[in-house]
Amino acid sequence: MVSSPYFSLGVLFLVALCFGLTPLALAWLWAKAFSPAKPNAIKNAIYECGLVSKGDAWVQFHSAYYLYAIIFMIFDVEAVFLLPFAVAFTGLGASACLAMLVFVLLLIEGLAWAWAKGILTWA
Amino acid sequence: MAVDEGLKIELGKQGIFVTTIEELYNWGRRSSIWPMQFGLACCAIEMIATTMARYDLARFGAEVFRPSPRQADMMIISGTVTKKMAPQVVRLYNQMAEPKYVIAMGACAISGGPFKQGYNVLKGIDRYIPVDVHIPGCPPRPEALLHAFITLQKKIDGQHLTGEGRPRHLDANAPGEFPVPVQGEHDLEPSENGLVWPLPAVKMGSGV
Repeated sequence: MVSSPYFSLGVLFLVALCFGLTPLALAWLWAKAFSPAKPNAIKNAIYECGLVSKGDAWVQFHSAYYLYAIIFMIFDVEAVFLLPFAVAFTGLGASACLAMLVFVLLLIEGLAWAWAKGILTWA
Repeated sequence: MAVDEGLKIELGKQGIFVTTIEELYNWGRRSSIWPMQFGLACCAIEMIATTMARYDLARFGAEVFRPSPRQADMMIISGTVTKKMAPQVVRLYNQMAEPKYVIAMGACAISGGPFKQGYNVLKGIDRYIPVDVHIPGCPPRPEALLHAFITLQKKIDGQHLTGEGRPRHLDANAPGEFPVPVQGEHDLEPSENGLVWPLPAVKMGSGV
């Protein structure tokens, strides 16, 4: 067995295993002897801000929130494109202005659609 | 078994360091007390000042204020405990890991202070949880909090790991959970925890 070419590898493997596991075992023994756990129902509770948790964590958000998300996107994209447009405004040709106008009108159409649908009124 | 102090000093002069598991254990515990990040009222401002550069609580190993009770060793009750807040304080104390210690900071935390006659103020947090060090003052200066902290360190240093007065986590019979009071019709119920508040209540005459 000693003559096997894998013998030294096996020994090294065991040493490596002990190197990792011994500190863990010592820490476990130390905790067992000097720091025993003292659990209670409150300590094992999940929430830790002093209040008792209420209700279920699996709450559903109303699906109408997707409309707010869409409107947010409209204004967000508009602002991103309007800023460089405003900076470069004096150097722009008529075709660029026209393209920008079409873009803004498209977004305004989306806003008008949302307005007509009545989702700008907070329910 | 403790080594004789004089012998220890003599050995130290010869370059031999003698100690016990208990001393090492307590030295480790007292040198890295992690307070809970938790302020209640104006005393909390003094507590914050204590942790900052001028007073520097970090010199004593207590700079790591933990935002979670799971990781904290020490609770500084820094300020007025209203009856609305008391259940939360006791609950947080219950959630702290053992061994845990409490410093009641300021007149309000130890007795209700200037608001003692108030209907909504708890007359000392030691009615519900065991307090290790009380600091008077309104608010106590950072030096007073440092003094309280050093007093607590001395207390930890003096704790034996076995026998009477050992830390609570080493005592299987010691209570781990302290009852959380609830809002009753007129007052918190129960109005105190008999295990930590052994003083008899003063009976007032009917005319008072």
